[in-house]
Amino acid sequence: MSLASLEWGRAAAGGRKRRGFGGFVVDMPLLLILFAVVGLGMIVLYSAVSAESGLLLRQAMRFGVGLAAFFVAAQIPPHYLRIFTPWLYFLGVGLLLVVAVEGEIGKGAQRWLDLGFVRFQPSELLKLAVPMMCAWFMHERRLPPTFPQLMVMGLIVLTPAILIGEQPDLGTALLVAAAGGLTILLAGISVRVMLVFGTLGLGTLPVLWSLMHDYQKARVFTFLNPETDPLGTGYNIIQSKIAIGSGGLFGKGWLMGSQAHLEFLPERSTDFIFAVMAEEFGLMGLCLLLVLYLALVGRGLYIAASAQDTFSRLLAGALSLTFFVYVFVNAGMVSGLLPIVGVPLPLVSAGGTSMVTIMTGFGMLASIHGHRKLLAA
Amino acid sequence: MVAGSSRQFKDPWQEQRLFLSRVIAAGIIVVLLSGVLVTRLVQLQIWNYERFSELSQGNRYRIDPVPPTRGIIYDRNMVVIAENRPNWELVAVGEQINNLDRTLRSLEDLGLVDPSEHDTLRNLVRSHRGFERVKLSNLSEEQAATFAVRRHLFSGVDIQEALARYYPFGEMSAFTVGYVGSISETDLQRIDRSNYAGTSHIGKTGIERAYEDRLHGQVGYRQLVVNAQGRVLENADMGNDDFQSKAPLPGENLVLSIDMKLQIAAHEALGDVRGAVVAIDPRSGDVLAIASTPSFDPNRFAAGMSRRDFVALNTDPDKPLFNRALAGTYPPGSTVKPFIALTALQHESVTPDHEIYCPGEWRLPGQTHRYREGRGGVHGRVDLHHAIVRSCDVYFYQLAVAMGIEYLSGGLTAFGFGAPTGLDIAGEQSGIVPSPEWKKKNFSRREDQVWFPGETVITGIGQGYMLVTPLQLASAGATLAARGTRFKPRLLIGSASGATGETTYLEPVALPTIDDHSAEDWQLVSDAMVGVTSEQGGTARSNMIGAEYSVAGKTGTAQVIGIAQDQKYREEDIDERQRDHGLFVAFAPADAPRIALGIVVENGGGGSRAAAPVARKVLDAFFASQDYTAYVAGEP
Repeated sequence: MSLASLEWGRAAAGGRKRRGFGGFVVDMPLLLILFAVVGLGMIVLYSAVSAESGLLLRQAMRFGVGLAAFFVAAQIPPHYLRIFTPWLYFLGVGLLLVVAVEGEIGKGAQRWLDLGFVRFQPSELLKLAVPMMCAWFMHERRLPPTFPQLMVMGLIVLTPAILIGEQPDLGTALLVAAAGGLTILLAGISVRVMLVFGTLGLGTLPVLWSLMHDYQKARVFTFLNPETDPLGTGYNIIQSKIAIGSGGLFGKGWLMGSQAHLEFLPERSTDFIFAVMAEEFGLMGLCLLLVLYLALVGRGLYIAASAQDTFSRLLAGALSLTFFVYVFVNAGMVSGLLPIVGVPLPLVSAGGTSMVTIMTGFGMLASIHGHRKLLAA
Repeated sequence: MVAGSSRQFKDPWQEQRLFLSRVIAAGIIVVLLSGVLVTRLVQLQIWNYERFSELSQGNRYRIDPVPPTRGIIYDRNMVVIAENRPNWELVAVGEQINNLDRTLRSLEDLGLVDPSEHDTLRNLVRSHRGFERVKLSNLSEEQAATFAVRRHLFSGVDIQEALARYYPFGEMSAFTVGYVGSISETDLQRIDRSNYAGTSHIGKTGIERAYEDRLHGQVGYRQLVVNAQGRVLENADMGNDDFQSKAPLPGENLVLSIDMKLQIAAHEALGDVRGAVVAIDPRSGDVLAIASTPSFDPNRFAAGMSRRDFVALNTDPDKPLFNRALAGTYPPGSTVKPFIALTALQHESVTPDHEIYCPGEWRLPGQTHRYREGRGGVHGRVDLHHAIVRSCDVYFYQLAVAMGIEYLSGGLTAFGFGAPTGLDIAGEQSGIVPSPEWKKKNFSRREDQVWFPGETVITGIGQGYMLVTPLQLASAGATLAARGTRFKPRLLIGSASGATGETTYLEPVALPTIDDHSAEDWQLVSDAMVGVTSEQGGTARSNMIGAEYSVAGKTGTAQVIGIAQDQKYREEDIDERQRDHGLFVAFAPADAPRIALGIVVENGGGGSRAAAPVARKVLDAFFASQDYTAYVAGEP
């Protein structure tokens, strides 16, 4: 009884915050690890941009904005998040349509929405809104989801994912689909259903293939056979493998990476920064980074496990696992395990919008944990 | 409990257990995937460390693009019109130069480097790694010699050979072959960048642009071994599983329909007037010549010209960059009469022996405006044949009114007027075939959209709104010559393999035939056009006296300014640029045509005086022979 009332008690909205920092919700473990990752990232970035302080300063400013987003998100109680979820989701899909229409007019890739004072990438919004929407949908329903409910969630996930894939931005489309898919998995579909869908998914691959843009197909070909494009992405993969491999166990030392500093390595400050770190800090450095990332994921899963309602659980779990997907996809593509899909290394790669998105996501985790109602017993 | 549908019942305990099990499963998968990642890193960084370390710290790969050789362009007789010539380049190697500023200044004093680019070049050299060769300028043979004798004074400066595009016929080929120029930001949007790695130039206009894909070829690459500073040590085949070298695939050699002999004759026949000549083979649509004067030397674009030179060329009042043959639109004047005659015969608004009396002017029934004979004079009694031979306007005023504008414009459209011909290079204008519908579409004010009967009258003699390009005129002339069989005008007729020298030719592209005129009608119009150049009173008779071939032709005069009702056109009163344009449409030999011509001479003062003489020279060259190799464009 007490647990049931706990879960549904609207009283929780006004309930006293359990953890706090002068009344504010701040998840200290989360925040500390975030600082550690970003700090480590800045050290690597400093080397990657050849000590150009302007770029470094901009990255620091982005982190500042990200921190602000973290704090704001952390103060919003989960049930408010839940109420706003459909609005946020449909706003995001609407903006994607606007961008698609504008792109149609302007010809070519269109990912940005120019609001006059700031340029904004609607697909970033969907990285959060899609798992939120799935969690919202299952919140008042019984778990595990029924088949029709799965269909609805499939629609919730695939609509924005296809719109983003058509922009064309395959990397983000996959991440959005992964975020939604993980929410659905966490909602508890049975292993049998998973297998059925997996088979169906494989069946749709040819359809997906036909929908892909030529350059996206080229990336897949290049991944399977780097020699076909030695002047383009194939070259990138080879050079980044050389950078990683030559780092060895302890690395060549900070600012000593010859692959990076002699400009053999492409996109050093963004998608390929993992290789810079590998070259200069070696396997030990990478393991440290990986441990920090895993700590973030672990903390997130812990928050999910101790969350008290379906929405919070699903959202916390999905955000944590999606974060891991970011890390795995980036590290995988840079080390030649996965095709190059243009996914930055979270919190480390230079770049503004994804930093803010990720920090907002962690803010939501902090909120979910900080707004738990105290157990009566 | 407030949540859930009535038939479902939430069980928080069971749900939490389910969720927990999922989280634990997810955690295990995360750990497993991390394991995969670490294993991969161990594989790269521990097991293969030796190999990658060697690649990285000792020698390493660098992949250098090897640009393909651009295809050669030939005329129909395999005369080269665009080729790649060795060219001298001045290069600097930064690390071997003691004082870059002083070195550059000395080179400027010798006239080898442009002083206005001093800062640009200095920054260019400094932004490259010390051992890299940086191009400073193109050198002529003479400049190369100047430098060669002083080479010992310039440590770190050298000359090297490179291939550059060269157009041996210079301005003669500017409007067909076009030219290449440095790749611009806009060009980058439409090309595959990796295929252009190592390529500096790209087709900008004409054939060079239209067939860029085929002319360019496929980039190759070679693997270089460079040391830790990136200096190239030697060409080497590493013999491992990474990259091998690949030879570039040269661009295709293209064969054009152009006959350079005729092209030169056309260009020289125009001389220093502003005008255009287009010659087409009516049997295939092959464009034998496209001349537009004044022209420009495309080699200046290929070599790169200064901004000032370009602006001078671009703002020249004679518009040398303007391709009059494709983009110049002119009122056709009386050259339109053969086409109108055919349309009228088909409409049966006239019979071949229908005679009228031409008093030198004509009024629409019930109106006071007098439509005069353009060239003045009184033709007296004329039938259709003589109306064409002597270019009687009054006869055609009446034909146009009898047919009505709708039928008339339909007949002209069938010959390809009013739409691009579809030539395989860009830049064609559509021209205009006016009709009430056209007027409605192209005028915004309601009172301007009304079609007036008087506009039908003047369309009958090719004045008013009607506009044609010289290319359209030649193409329509070819259709007359072939009696309704139509081909799409084309420049590309084949490609030549670089290896075997074998040429493969393309089939002509047929267009819908005009088959609604009787053989007698075609014959009548052809005979009348032969009369123009041979009979007493024919408007081009004097121009064709002594020709050894029979010519079917029609002169035309296009007014540039309107002449008031009571005034006469007096050339001496009129500014040169407002004088009449002269036009001529022709085909020859009349009984088995092998060439059709469309000619415009701007402000030349009438078809028989300005355009027909040009036709005579071009046709003489076509039927005789002329040594084209004697002509060589200004030395590069």
